[in-house]
Amino acid sequence: MYKKVIMGNEAIALGAIKAGVNFVSGYPGTPSTEVLESIAENNPGEIYVEWSVNEKVALEVAAGAAYAGARSLVTMKQVGLNVASDPLMSLSYIGIKGGMVVLVADDPGPFSSQTEQDTRHFARFSNLPVFDPSSPEEAFEMIQSAFEHSEQVGLPVFFRPTTRICHSCSTLEIPELSERHKPEGFVKDPRWVIFPSLSYRKHVQLEELQTKISDIFSDFPYNKLTGSGNKGIAASGIAYAYVKDVLTSLDKDIKLMKIGTPYPFPKKLGIEFIDGLDEILIFEELDPVIEESFLELKALNEYKIGVLGKKTGHLPYAGEYSYELVKGAVSKFLGIDTEVKKPLPTPELPVRPPVLCAGCPHRASFYAVKTALKNQKAVFSGDIGCYTLGNAKPLDMVDTCLCMGAGITIAQGLQRIEPDVKHIAFIGDSTFFHTGIPGIINAVYNNTDITVVILDNSTTAMTGNQPHPGTGKTMMKNISEKIDIYSMVKACGVKQISKANPLNQKEAVDAVKENISYNGPSVVIFEAPCIALQKQTNIQAVNESCNLCKKCIREIGCPGMSIIEGKVVIEQSLCYGCTLCSQICSADAIGGAEK
Amino acid sequence: MKFDILIAGVGGQGTVLASRLLAASAIKAGYFARTSETIGMAQRGGCVVSHVRIGDENLSPVIPFGEADLLIGFEPAEAARSIARLSPEGKCVVNTRIIKPVTASLNTVSYEVEPILEFINKNSSHRILVDGYDLAQKSGSVKALNTVLLGVAAAAGFLPFSKEDLLNTIGENVSPKYVELNEKAFNIGASFV
Repeated sequence: MYKKVIMGNEAIALGAIKAGVNFVSGYPGTPSTEVLESIAENNPGEIYVEWSVNEKVALEVAAGAAYAGARSLVTMKQVGLNVASDPLMSLSYIGIKGGMVVLVADDPGPFSSQTEQDTRHFARFSNLPVFDPSSPEEAFEMIQSAFEHSEQVGLPVFFRPTTRICHSCSTLEIPELSERHKPEGFVKDPRWVIFPSLSYRKHVQLEELQTKISDIFSDFPYNKLTGSGNKGIAASGIAYAYVKDVLTSLDKDIKLMKIGTPYPFPKKLGIEFIDGLDEILIFEELDPVIEESFLELKALNEYKIGVLGKKTGHLPYAGEYSYELVKGAVSKFLGIDTEVKKPLPTPELPVRPPVLCAGCPHRASFYAVKTALKNQKAVFSGDIGCYTLGNAKPLDMVDTCLCMGAGITIAQGLQRIEPDVKHIAFIGDSTFFHTGIPGIINAVYNNTDITVVILDNSTTAMTGNQPHPGTGKTMMKNISEKIDIYSMVKACGVKQISKANPLNQKEAVDAVKENISYNGPSVVIFEAPCIALQKQTNIQAVNESCNLCKKCIREIGCPGMSIIEGKVVIEQSLCYGCTLCSQICSADAIGGAEK
Repeated sequence: MKFDILIAGVGGQGTVLASRLLAASAIKAGYFARTSETIGMAQRGGCVVSHVRIGDENLSPVIPFGEADLLIGFEPAEAARSIARLSPEGKCVVNTRIIKPVTASLNTVSYEVEPILEFINKNSSHRILVDGYDLAQKSGSVKALNTVLLGVAAAAGFLPFSKEDLLNTIGENVSPKYVELNEKAFNIGASFV
């Protein structure tokens, strides 16, 4: 045993290894990604780890492993669960044999997500228990209990950390890893086949289980009561950490209920908590799931207690909670006059939104499409990945962005209504494998005149460069068959396909022109690897021929280029030598510099 | 003991590693440490902030406004953006080299650094302003900016653990290929004070 500073996602990974997990699958998504990566990195040897092509596939393969008695873990972010919801809803009826944990990281804020949806609704919706850790150190212990509980009740269970758990670090004692869990193997039984008659029986059992699990949870160490008084606070997840921090700073001891398993609600403990209280205030980020459980408890038992929270306007529904927000609400609740510090008024500071990296080859792809479509009416449908940042000025090349794979299909809908406009859809290589393929098949089947531009950078860059089927690498550190995107597109029935290197602008613009003039579905594959996979070479510099026309600054938005003391300057530490700036410079003023 | 350190910078500058090194050094010195950092979308050249909280297990991972004991600013505007979390007695180390965001380049609005540095001076009781890029370059790579700034903070006596604790942590936490570079950068930073 030794102490180490460890990230929440790593703590969860080590907890799962300690629990003897046999099978791990997932699809990368911030803030969940590092869980699977840390398991692969710390793999004692016998754990099977894979990045699946999407969350539905990941959940299904993990379920198969759990049918055979393995302990399995599937990881994704909250939006990914929407993709996996179809198998999930049936799996709660079928159940599992080996412990199965569905890790879905929620993103209050949100920091890097399309929505702030709350996974605990899916727990209620699917009748599956949910574990909600309040710190990395608790997450380490809790995931081990989650596997045990899953086996005990025969159901997959949710593990739902939020961004501030996943991406915060804590001091943790790293234990010896335990012995491996040995799966029994698949045993044939009619219980594994979902038929209507079985579904009815399973539904009855599932509902009965909810009460049983609620009772088990009332005795769980992750749900506990402390303190005393006639006012109480209930809190879960990271909100509990803020409450504890605030109560320490206010030096207040009040009755506190910590909730680590918000669904099924630990009713017996909840009743014990509200006994003798006049009023309770509930802290939970996102939706009022615990609040509704208390309101239900109150209504069914005709308690007189005041239940305060989001529904009473005491706390907000949207956005991340903070120490200041919690302190304000606690102080008001307890009638304490405290000053809550506010941010200082700062001088005018430049806004700094995220942008495509300096040297990103797909800045050149966007620019090529823009050049090819100059003076034509066109709509650009984007997708999820780094390249969503193509929306930033001056590129301004993302007009729509909905969810993984939807760029291609949204473009088809738009085209049916506005056939005289050019419809271009952008998709990355990882997203292509995730949910891009069915959209392309749909365009071919319905002969819809769109151009799909695949921005292939040979990785899943947004989430930290994970491999995918096009890379020929797996998380088991072996080499696999590369799936060739061109052949896949061809097999989908696309007749007009071009491949080009976006860093050769002439070739790239010609490829786009050829495809947009084709009547029917066409595909341009722009191949050039992410800068994270390269070394800095061919660094560019501006020479004295620069006539300060600023076309490079105005048109491409490279973060490595700026005007300093009246001169166009290329920041040497950022330049990867993509040469897009030198290709568009009309004064021949940009070229390779000596390093 | 409670000691809060805030690190503010731009995605790609190595703020996350800096926060990990501080937390690891705190553990080495026998304290409990907690951190929280920006990962994901904001890494792509956006604002990044890391919180390092040392000493008390009851602390949440985010430093409240007005409570940080030390602010390490990797870029002047980012330091200014985060200074509201610095306590009135708080100290700071700020790299003076600006990184112009694309938005500023496009608007051709000049990014004036002087009023920002003046604001930092006004709102921190002890501060060290340093051209960290220049020092990092001297150590062999601009990528070592993070360890340069840690060296400055350690040598100034701004940290609750020794310079040696931090230097040892670099050896244990940085990839072997870059240990020498980072140790050199740390020492160059330290000798600036």
